[in-house]
Amino acid sequence: MKKTERIKYLIIGNSAGGIGAAEAIREVDKNGTIIIVSDEPYPAYSRPLISDYLSGKRSIEKMNYRPFDFYEKNSISTILGEKVNRVDFKNNTVTFSNGHILTWEKLLIATGGTPIVPPMDGKEARGVFTFTTLGDARAIDEYLNQKTGANAVVIGGGLIGVSVTESLLKRGVKVSIIEMKDRVLNIILDEITSAMEDKAIRASGAEIITGHTVTKINSNSRGEVESVTLDDGKTIPCSIVIISIGIRPRLELVQNSEIKINRGIVVNMHMETSIPNVYACGDAAEAYDFIYRENRLTPIWPNAYLGGRIAGLNMSGKTAEYPGGTALNAIKYFGVYIVSAGMAASPDSTYEEVVANGESSYKKLILKEGFITGMVFSGDVDRAGIIYNLMKDRLYVNSFKNDLVTENFGLLSLPEKIWRNRLATSPLESDSSKSSVSPC
Amino acid sequence: MRQFIEYDIIRYTATVFRYLVIEGITPMRKIYIKEEVCIGCGLCEVYCQLQHSSVRDLIKTFKKRLPRPLPRVRVETKGNVSFSVRCRNCDEPACAYACLTGAITRNPETRMITVDEEKCIGCCTCMMVCPLGAIKQDKEHKKMLKCDFCHGEEIPACVANCPNEALFCLELDDALTDVKMRIPSPVSQAV
Ligand SMILES: Cc1cc2nc3c(=O)[nH]c(=O)nc-3n(C[C@H](O)[C@H](O)[C@H](O)COP(=O)(O)OP(=O)(O)OC[C@H]3O[C@@H](n4cnc5c(N)ncnc54)[C@H](O)[C@@H]3O)c2cc1C
Repeated sequence: MKKTERIKYLIIGNSAGGIGAAEAIREVDKNGTIIIVSDEPYPAYSRPLISDYLSGKRSIEKMNYRPFDFYEKNSISTILGEKVNRVDFKNNTVTFSNGHILTWEKLLIATGGTPIVPPMDGKEARGVFTFTTLGDARAIDEYLNQKTGANAVVIGGGLIGVSVTESLLKRGVKVSIIEMKDRVLNIILDEITSAMEDKAIRASGAEIITGHTVTKINSNSRGEVESVTLDDGKTIPCSIVIISIGIRPRLELVQNSEIKINRGIVVNMHMETSIPNVYACGDAAEAYDFIYRENRLTPIWPNAYLGGRIAGLNMSGKTAEYPGGTALNAIKYFGVYIVSAGMAASPDSTYEEVVANGESSYKKLILKEGFITGMVFSGDVDRAGIIYNLMKDRLYVNSFKNDLVTENFGLLSLPEKIWRNRLATSPLESDSSKSSVSPC
Repeated sequence: MRQFIEYDIIRYTATVFRYLVIEGITPMRKIYIKEEVCIGCGLCEVYCQLQHSSVRDLIKTFKKRLPRPLPRVRVETKGNVSFSVRCRNCDEPACAYACLTGAITRNPETRMITVDEEKCIGCCTCMMVCPLGAIKQDKEHKKMLKCDFCHGEEIPACVANCPNEALFCLELDDALTDVKMRIPSPVSQAV
């Protein structure tokens, strides 16, 4: 039998989740071997910045998530540009696409998400892209550099679709967004804020077609995209197509294993999967959502990092619990600042909405039985974190809910017990809630 | 009243001790507020703005160089209660964990949470998770702003200019002497 080195901590995925875990492990265990693996060939970069790369605003070096000496300083080995093909959960090994095998003691699956590409005629044509990696951004960049007067069709008006639209417009590419639902950003925004974005996108020169979908991508004799056909038969000429209808957990390594999967890899409060010593986090995992109070996919960067951190602490022998995450978005596309968290719209009439619609700001809270379950703010977004944390800590706000959407809202809009608690370094015991000195 | 102040110092010192023992690093200083003598005059905000202005002159800062730099502290007042709020460099910094670009990190030497303006894209994700609302958005420059302890100044401007000494700085040594003098045992217990 071939003998392989035993790695104490093996992390698949060199992004938010993987780095969060590695940093946490190094807080606890200074020496245990850590290897981070990724099929992407770069040091960890900020994925949301691929739009700045495409628009030409930021170079690859300026996208690095950590300083250049991060891995060396923390004695973290990396295997980059290599894909893991298989995980053997019985013998604790991984097999790489080049045949190499590694043995691990603790494994973190932080494989992130993969773009959803629906079955669609012509999707193999040259000039059809997805937009979730730096590689995608570079490929689009190269393709566009060969074209003049390009126009693009962006399929899907969600976060990634709007983000790529902004970059393309900045490059002088004409864009048509095709959104199947009746409004853009319909998952993370409510109707009012969607309309604000809609207006800003159109004002920047893009076309938005809602209520329709692309059924076919047509190409010319060179195999390059030349138009798309919509479900109503209409064709839109274009030289490039970006498919951005969503992402789903990247589960190829666990699909046929005994690991428990729902929509993502199911993890407990320690971010451990159904197999001991195997952890998961980030876009690949289904972890606790404190709004829905059940495990859900919450594919955003902060949740990936924190989930990774909790996994890392537990992997290295500490006991730490994931406080839960939820959807959270702060967007500034086309100069419109909007933040939303939890539910963006009330699911049914048992929810209550508290709204303040000012001249230059809009604030909406969604409540159920006196607890906040969602928020959407635009314009004046400063101090929104105070409210997010009321929601996160599940504090009963019924008696002061109307104060939370006022203009001069602050900590003093909260009951004394809560603001005193917030000003202290750690939760105060109730009897010391009168402490008059607080570090801040 | 005194008793509560001590309670806080003990807790603070215990935290500091933990860092020292585990990581062998310099603990950070913190700014404390004495809310019972804060009259909400707002001078902490004013001097914070001056400190972060390109000119060290009040009149120029407030009258000539518009837009004015934004304050990194915020005074809150309600009835006769008032205090100023700023980043308190949380032990578990939600902002740093949430930062999309890696701009927010803890400086290993000072233990302060810092924003790298080069990397910051002003996206407000950090602001959304801060329980104190202590991170502010500078729309003009598309950057996030927070208390930076006046960049290593011995006494930060807000503390130095508080007319009522409602703000004060505490360092490990002070805290230790203070605690040791009065209560010898709880510290070791806390550790
Ligand atoms: C354009 C865009 C904009 C975004 N904007 C925001 C935003 O504003 N705010 C926000 O919070 N979130 C945003 N996100 C989402 C955010 O980027 C993700 O939630 C986050 O990157 C998830 O981190 P992760 O560590 O789980 O996985 P990922 O970042 O997806 O990284 C997983 C890594 O694992 C690698 N990998 C997977 N399988 C294998 C394998 N078998 N072998 C080797 N390597 C493998 C992948 O190649 C990848 O490098 C955005 C995403 C995109 C694409």
